[in-house]
Amino acid sequence: MKKTFILEDLDCAHCAQKIEDKVASFDGVSNCKVTFLTQKLVYDVEDDKDKEVEEKMRKFVKETEPDVTVKKA
Amino acid sequence: MTKKIKKMIIRIAIGAVLLAAGVLCTKLFGEWVGLAIYIAAYLVIGFDIVKNAFVNIAHGRVFDENFLMMIATVGAFACREYVEAVAVMLFYQIGECFQSYAVNKSRKSIRALMSIRPDFARVVRDGAEVEVDPTEVNIGETIIIKPGERVPLDGTIIEGASSIDTAAITGESMPRDVQAGDTVVSGCVNTSGVIKVSTTSNFAESTVSKVLTLVEEASSKKAKSEQFITVFARYYTPIVVISAVLLATVGTLVTGDFRTWIYRAMTFLLISCPCALVISIPLSFFGGIGGAGRKGILIKGGNYMDTLARVNTLVLDKTGTITKGNFALGEIEPSSYLQKEYGDGAEDELVRISALAESYSTHPIALSIIARYGREIDKSAVSEIKEIAGKGVSAEIEGKKISVGNKKLMLDVVEGADILELDSCSNVVAGGTLVYVAIGGRYAGHMHIVDEVKDNAAEALALCKKAGISDIVMLTGDNEKTAKAVADSVAIDKYLANLNPLDKVTSIETIMADEPGRVVAFVGDGINDAPVLSRADIGIAMGAMGSDAAIEAADVVIMTDDLAKLSEAKRIAIKTLRIVKENIVFALGIKLLILVLAAFGIANMWAAIFADVGVAFLAILNAMRALKA
Repeated sequence: MKKTFILEDLDCAHCAQKIEDKVASFDGVSNCKVTFLTQKLVYDVEDDKDKEVEEKMRKFVKETEPDVTVKKA
Repeated sequence: MTKKIKKMIIRIAIGAVLLAAGVLCTKLFGEWVGLAIYIAAYLVIGFDIVKNAFVNIAHGRVFDENFLMMIATVGAFACREYVEAVAVMLFYQIGECFQSYAVNKSRKSIRALMSIRPDFARVVRDGAEVEVDPTEVNIGETIIIKPGERVPLDGTIIEGASSIDTAAITGESMPRDVQAGDTVVSGCVNTSGVIKVSTTSNFAESTVSKVLTLVEEASSKKAKSEQFITVFARYYTPIVVISAVLLATVGTLVTGDFRTWIYRAMTFLLISCPCALVISIPLSFFGGIGGAGRKGILIKGGNYMDTLARVNTLVLDKTGTITKGNFALGEIEPSSYLQKEYGDGAEDELVRISALAESYSTHPIALSIIARYGREIDKSAVSEIKEIAGKGVSAEIEGKKISVGNKKLMLDVVEGADILELDSCSNVVAGGTLVYVAIGGRYAGHMHIVDEVKDNAAEALALCKKAGISDIVMLTGDNEKTAKAVADSVAIDKYLANLNPLDKVTSIETIMADEPGRVVAFVGDGINDAPVLSRADIGIAMGAMGSDAAIEAADVVIMTDDLAKLSEAKRIAIKTLRIVKENIVFALGIKLLILVLAAFGIANMWAAIFADVGVAFLAILNAMRALKA
């Protein structure tokens, strides 16, 4: 399924790249894309891995970019 | 201004006051009192950076900018450059604020540009009007759109008349008058009357959401310069950091002057973030794509922007691109036979009989004849309809065999003196074809079917030449004479006639290969030239409003059929690419310059902090110019 999140206060472009690379490497994730300008994180995830991926993603974002708030789009 | 920026400004202000107090206290009470105040100032301004640095180090991320920033400033403290340490942190944060502000502002402008998403749809359900989210409306439901409201979904007007402002979708400022039976496109604004519309698409398939998705996804197709920056960013920071370490160790070992070399190394670390480039380059492309979008030109990615800027050869399809593509009946010339039979009514009879024979056809030429006839057609009077491939149609009407088609068809059915008369009429009009009619084996006359050249075609193509297009070629399936007439009327120097759709692909390939350095754009209406659109270096579809096929197939979509948009698209692409180049040269140039100067001890930390945040800020400002296409 396709998931979209808003990364609020994402102010640094290479952090966007970092988040994209990391989330893309998660098991079950494909077509991961962070658009710096629209502050959107979009990825496709296998249905049974959805919860796990979202948790890992939120944890990673909190660690690397504590200023960024992850919101459901 | 966001909360984050406001908080930061307060911290910066307190920090600045403390810094000044520190300078004063150092003079009054000595170094140790001063140092205490400096450290307080440093923590007020930079505690988040220190915190993030430790968090990142705990996760093993050494090339993190927070960490490098902390090392650089702590290093400055160690060199007893207290004021510099605090000031660097201060300016870094000010720079970050500016950067954040500029990014937010550009995001807002881009969002404003994309604010064409309708908020609600007023749908009629069980006799009552309810306002729902556009995504909840099904195909075939009736929606009501009041003046001042945005059309939420594509549909056909079933009641009412109004004026529609299509600027958001087409970039065209002239409002369009619509009435019952006309189609309306989502994203446009209803300006004058209340209209009832029967929807023909759901929200996901509507024009407005297609346009929005297209613009948003455009940023994922990266231009070469963007890819370069991504790769560059990956290596830049490690290289600068390693150089800093080398500088500190080798410098100290050679000269024994630890303080000087540590200071120079710290200066290096301040310039180690590639932010200026990483932010401003995608921003420039996005700005350019957004600016073009506002004019009804959708560019599907930065890579296409790149190609568009380099295009030097324009290949255009004739029908629907250079010409209007809607055929109309021009001159009607009954034969001597028909004139003898019907006298003054011969013209009307020719149209009537052809309209009857073509009444089941949907070919544009047939439609133009039926449109000219303009009366109700009694289809029961027509029988034995046969399509003769490549020639025309024949039918049985009022006991006579009627043939309508090209000259080849006529030669099959008429004989004797009629052939002589037929041969005498071979004049061709610009952009037109001739349709011949035979009644009961006798030649009855012919009609001109004209496809007019677009009003501004000649000027628009001249503008393209000014914008850097050196060759313009026209492709057409029509015959040589028609092709030449159209090409001459719009001053195109090269044309290829008699092409079937497959020939068009081969022609494009030949043109692309005939000279090194050719960058070929193909312009078509996207309806039956999809293979050509995808074969060219860049495919441009015109008049695409409401045509899904065209939006899918092309790399650049021009919503209206205005040829003048071609040069505009090229101009925007050139401007965007220039801004990108400026930013790369400017940001890299300043950074390299300061790095070199810092290595020789000429540039200090102040210069370094400018090279980092100052350059980023200026590059963002420059990138925003792309938006004002």
